[in-house]
Formats: sequence, C-alpha cells, structure tokens
Amino acid sequence: MNQQEFTRRFEKDWLGLEARLDELDQVKRSAARTSADFPRLYRQVCQHLALARDRDYGAHLIERLNGLVLRGHQHLYEARAGVGVRTVQFFAADFPALIRHESRLFWISALLFFGSGLTMMAAVQAFPEMAYTVLDPRQAAQMEEMYRPDASVLGRERPADSDFLMFGFYIYNNVGIAFQTFASGLLAGIGTLFFLLFNGVLIGAVAGHLTNAGFGPTFYPFVIGHGAFELIAVVLAGQAGLKLGFALLAPGRLTRGESVRQAARVCVRIVYGIGAMLVIAAFLEAFWSSSTVVPAAVKIGVGAVLWALVGFYFIAVGRSHGS
Amino acid sequence: MRDPMSGTLLDTRRLVETPEGVHLELRAAGPVPRFLAWSIDFLIRAAAYFILGTLLSAFGRFGVGLFLILLFLLEWFYPVLFEVYRHGQTPGKRVMGLRVLQDNGAPVGWAGSVIRNLLRVVDFFPFLYAFGVVTMLAHRDFKRLGDLAAGTLVVHVEPAAQGRKLPAAGPLPPPLKLALDEQRAVVNFAERSESLTWQRAEELAGILELLTGTEGDAGVRRLHQYANWLQGNR
Repeated sequence: MNQQEFTRRFEKDWLGLEARLDELDQVKRSAARTSADFPRLYRQVCQHLALARDRDYGAHLIERLNGLVLRGHQHLYEARAGVGVRTVQFFAADFPALIRHESRLFWISALLFFGSGLTMMAAVQAFPEMAYTVLDPRQAAQMEEMYRPDASVLGRERPADSDFLMFGFYIYNNVGIAFQTFASGLLAGIGTLFFLLFNGVLIGAVAGHLTNAGFGPTFYPFVIGHGAFELIAVVLAGQAGLKLGFALLAPGRLTRGESVRQAARVCVRIVYGIGAMLVIAAFLEAFWSSSTVVPAAVKIGVGAVLWALVGFYFIAVGRSHGS
Repeated sequence: MRDPMSGTLLDTRRLVETPEGVHLELRAAGPVPRFLAWSIDFLIRAAAYFILGTLLSAFGRFGVGLFLILLFLLEWFYPVLFEVYRHGQTPGKRVMGLRVLQDNGAPVGWAGSVIRNLLRVVDFFPFLYAFGVVTMLAHRDFKRLGDLAAGTLVVHVEPAAQGRKLPAAGPLPPPLKLALDEQRAVVNFAERSESLTWQRAEELAGILELLTGTEGDAGVRRLHQYANWLQGNR
C-alpha cells in the first residue's frame, strides 16, 4: 500500500481521533469521560504510526501521526485518582508511617537542629555576650520588646486586628524556610545541613538571650503551643533534605539519577505533610500563642497536650496499615 | 525514518516507547525558549502581585495577611497548578509552545510537578539560575536539577502538522531503482520545496544531476515528478 492509499483509507480514523482529542481538551478532568471509542481509535492510530515508520512514508505524515499519538498518550495515561480519598489516606496512615520508615534520618536531623539550638542556648546562658555573635543588637532589642512581660500582646508588636496579618506572614516565611531546607538537600545535603544548623543556632540564641533577660515566663508559654508543629516540621524538612542528599551521595546499586528520582518521590510526600503542619503552626502562632487573655499556665498545659499529640501521631498512627 | 533503536540521532529528538509499542518522538526544549517562558510567567506573577496588592491594601492588615498567603501560594505553586491542570503548560510555556512531560512521555502529575518546582530553589542557586543553566547545558535533554530529580522533561509542542501537498508535477518513474533512504530524500525535498528559495532548490537538485540528467529549473521539476511517482500519484 503506498502512502496516498494509506492516507485515503485511514484519514477517517485520524480525523476521528483528532476530534475526540479536541473534545477531551475541552472537558474538565472531573467530567465523565464516556468516549468508549477513544482507546480503540488511539490504539488504531498507534498501529498506523508504527506502519508508517516501518514503510518509510513521508516525514509529514509521520509527524502528524506522532502528534496524534502523543496527544492521545497524554489523555489515556493521565492520572485521575480522587485527590480527596488519597489525602485522607495520607494523613490518616501514610505520612507517619513514612516518617517512621526513615527514622534514622529523622533522629540525625533532630540532633542537628535541637543539638545546635540547645548548645547555643547553654552557651548564651554561660556567656551572655555570645548572643551577639548571631543577633545584631537591634534584633536583640526587638526580641526583648516583643516578649516583655508587661506587653499587651506577645510576639510581634501589633494591635489585635492584625492576627490575620501575622498568620499570612508565618505561612509565607516559615513554609518558605522549610521548603528551602528540603530543596537545598539536593546539593549533596550541604544546604539542608546549613539551614538546620543556622536555624537551630538562631533559635537557641534568642531563647538563651530572652531567658537571660528574665523574659522566660512570657517567651516559653508563647512558643510551646505552635512549637510542637513548627519545630518538628523543620526537623522533618531536614529529614527529607538529608534523604535527598544521601540518595545523591550514596546511591547504592542504582545510578545516581535513578536514586535521586526515587528519593524525591518519597520526599515530596513528606513535604506535603510538612506544609500541613506549618499551616497548623501558623494558625496557632497567630491566633492562640499571641493571646494575652489566656493565662500562661493554660498555654503551657495546652502546649504539653499538643506535643503529646504530635508525638503520638508519629509514633502510633498508621501502624495497622503496615510499612 | 532512521531506525529508532540505532541511537544515532544527532539532534535534540528523544524517542520514548509507549505501552502500545510505538515510539514517540519528543523534542527537548533548550534554555532560551525556557528562559523566555519563565520571563513571561514572571511578568504575569508580577502583574498579579501588583493588582492583588492594590486591591487588598483596601482591607488594611487583614488584606496584608491575605496578600502574604497569596504571595506564598503564587511563588511556590503557580507553575505546579498550571502544569497539573493545564496539560503541562504554564501561560509562559503555552506562549512559547513548551510543555512539561514525564520522561516516559506521560503527562506530569502532582509529584513530578511539585518536585521540579520546589527544587527550583537549587537551580536558582547561587544566583539567577546559574546551577540550572549549567546543568541544562551539560545534559542531552536540557534538564535542570529539578527535572533530573523529578524525572520530567520540557519539550516543544509539535505544531499540528498538516500533510503538506507535493508540488503538482506529472509522475515520472526514476530512471533507476532508488533505495529507501534515497526515495525519502527525494520526497522530503519535494515536500519542503515551498519553504526553499528557488535558487536553493536548484542548487540542491544540481547534486542529483547524474540522476535527473538535467540541471537548474528542469532538474527541480524532474525531482518533483519522481516524488509524485514515488508517492503513488500515478
């Protein structure tokens, strides 16, 4: 069969598939896809493409068929699983199971972050001027201003109507930092290492400095509640970043590229969880931690409960689903 | 067509096998169109920030909070949402005729898109996508680090190829039997004749003077005749 006859005989199929594809491009993905003849047409055209290549038909014909098959491929193999169901399954079981599965990296990350934080805090308490190695005097003064025991609001200076402003700020700032901590793991883990240590030291210096200044009774009730989510989320971002870095450094029996690709698929799921935790943290920090109506004792009690909840979630939830 | 398995393709085409057992041809996109696409997206985001900023400033501190949340979402998820819901195309990529696909030619999903866009941070490092550009130039499919980790690929969307007509010429069998790739060369020459200047066509046809027995204008017409005959216009 020569090219002209081939085209004459099968053009009907190609136009049919093209019309179907145009239709599918329009339809929203959620809409029912009742095009029963689409897969049949698509496979037909796949065969035509293979034939056309084998028989060395003209470049334009092959390009046209290649284009049709490419578009068909996109639609046929598009992921269509329900996002809702998968999300519930993820938070109800998969996320904590995933973290436990990589628990060694979790502890390394926690050691780096909390270790550097506590060391810095102890150092600042022993030698108060150490705080100024990482905080400039203006920052230190600002921190003191924010947590003065006689302040009307805690955290950043603000009137009551701006809780939402701070909610936005915490999301923009904190989630961004967590994403960076994770992503920079691709630089052989060095970026993650830097962000974990840097943030650990900074937080340790602030905590030590405020404790020295005698503002502990306002500072700790403020941070304990959202800290459960925020600090653990930073550790998790470090865990994901370190996983990425180790995948690059020690690929085992895989090629480096394949090793990183597989690790990234896992890490991105951890990042979804981190995002959710930091939104919760931002909400608590803006609307709960900063409240001056709630007595400090209640805040500490609630904070302890939140830490216990987070701990329970990662230790116990999702075990029956195996992993 | 060259044998797909021979691996001798010298350009940026990349062959992917589908589950149906046919090979798809993808054309990887280089740094320049991708930079332009990024610039367009950047301008769109900048315009969105300006408009949102102006509108939300009317709502005082609440507005600023909302603006920061939207800023966060746009900065990190603008490309993700478009790539997942708009067939791998942000508006900038759409204008430049680019599309993000998985390595196997399948549409990019949430995981792939989130990974390649989160890791943008590393590609940007230390400034202005320096790492990204170096990686792209070093990789045969122009992948930046985010693409490498996500297993994604940015390709040119093929323009809808209309079967181009051969120039009308009475079919004439070539004087000797042509091998397949020779036949293809003749047909391709005829198919491309619209995009060639006549002088260039004559020059090319001159190479085949031994076959056509003529040169110049007549040589080109003779090749068109052969092409028509080879394509079955008999």
